[in-house]
Amino acid sequence: MSTYFTKDHEWLKVEGDVATVGITEFAQSQLGDVVFVELPENGKTVAQDDEVAVVESVKAASEVYAPLDGEITEGNELLVDEPAKVNEDPEGAAWFFKMKLGNAAQLEALMSEADYKAFVETL
Amino acid sequence: MAEATDLLKTPLFDLHTELGAKMVPFAGYDMPVQYPLGVMKEHLFTRESAGLFDVSHMGQAWLVGPDHATTAAALETLVPSNMKELKPGKQRYTVLLNDNGCIIDDLMVSRPLAAEDDGRLMLVVNAACKDNDYKIIAAALPDNVKLEIVEDRALIAIQGPKAAEVMALHAPEAAEMGFMEARPLEFDGISVIASRSGYTGEDGYEISIPAGAAEAVAKALLADERVEPIGLGARDSLRLEAGLCLYGHDIDENTTPVEGNITFCMQKRRKEAGDFPGGERVLKQLAEGTENLRVGLLLDGRAPAREGAEIRVPGSEEVIGRVTSGGFGPTLGAPVAMGYVPSKLAEIGTEVELVVRGRALKAKVAEMPFVAQRYYRKPK
Repeated sequence: MSTYFTKDHEWLKVEGDVATVGITEFAQSQLGDVVFVELPENGKTVAQDDEVAVVESVKAASEVYAPLDGEITEGNELLVDEPAKVNEDPEGAAWFFKMKLGNAAQLEALMSEADYKAFVETL
Repeated sequence: MAEATDLLKTPLFDLHTELGAKMVPFAGYDMPVQYPLGVMKEHLFTRESAGLFDVSHMGQAWLVGPDHATTAAALETLVPSNMKELKPGKQRYTVLLNDNGCIIDDLMVSRPLAAEDDGRLMLVVNAACKDNDYKIIAAALPDNVKLEIVEDRALIAIQGPKAAEVMALHAPEAAEMGFMEARPLEFDGISVIASRSGYTGEDGYEISIPAGAAEAVAKALLADERVEPIGLGARDSLRLEAGLCLYGHDIDENTTPVEGNITFCMQKRRKEAGDFPGGERVLKQLAEGTENLRVGLLLDGRAPAREGAEIRVPGSEEVIGRVTSGGFGPTLGAPVAMGYVPSKLAEIGTEVELVVRGRALKAKVAEMPFVAQRYYRKPK
């Protein structure tokens, strides 16, 4: 399993041709208390950078983007009932959705954990 | 956006930094939007115990005239509330109106308790409006009434069900005050002016303090475990749940007190006479109603509808109004909003749709406040 990160502060864990996607610890700390999550529909075909999910904190609404081309296979229903999980465990239990990769070559342009850490330092 | 160096600092700026606040520009000031506790917990803590707010960015000023009747009469030319009848030691909410009867700002006015202060009225106005307010007020005053802008005082608020017991430890006479009363107090030996009022729907006080003593007062209150510092984020969600208007959003220079549904600020004598700016129009609206009205809105799901969201009649594409304030209400555990709808659709329970990200969410016109106000009324 490999983990990748995006400039939009999302993480992906890739196993075979399926990626599990969520937002990073840095993202949740910036958002503040999450009160609502809107998940993508299963089976939806998405292109890289499409807005596919929404996370709302007490402060504002933010989009969650598709990190790659592909098809949504599952949304994390836990977040619908317990949106605060996003603050508690953003890089674990509070994943947003799983997607089947459409173009695995796109992974090469994403960041490693070390690169992402360095990127966050610059912000 | 202004550079950080252009922003004004309140006398409590160093304390905010020490407390780990996240600072944001607000009305020209560098203000704490939240502390490490976070907006949600700060909100809930205030409703459960007590929160301390720095509201020193707000404008404090005195109107000074030869006697109460003269000063009150001068202020009454600008506002639709009874000021002549305001008793010593009492506070009143009012609005500055323009010639269309629309709201230039909303403000608190208090009359000092002491006989030697007769002829003085203390004003607290919104930070973003203060310069304009002062210009308008000064221009309208007769020669024997002066506007004295207060620049050397901080203003803090302590709000919540435990505010009174904490306050009484430092200023025992605070306990004798009822809601919307104002008086000077000795707070641990520091002379302050307090009112029993606020902007959260809870019991509590607003305390005007000489700038140099503000940190001592704030620290004395924060030393109590029943008190946490609260930022502008929770201040907004608290006032929204309490159904209180935010100037520039829920009421502004295009809305009258009738449209804004705040006619409680107008007393009988003024409503009969209409002797204030835009009086004729406001009286006509009182008699015949208005086209639109500010209402509370409760949504069915968990998704908040924020400022600007369109309001529609269910099943219709026609936009009938917009949300003017909206967000998640932590105490209610649900999204809350307020906005303007045609008066014929303003009845409690009317079904509407709020458009969020292109999707129509079901909502109902709802009674405000969303969370019951818990002001302290003195036993008669």
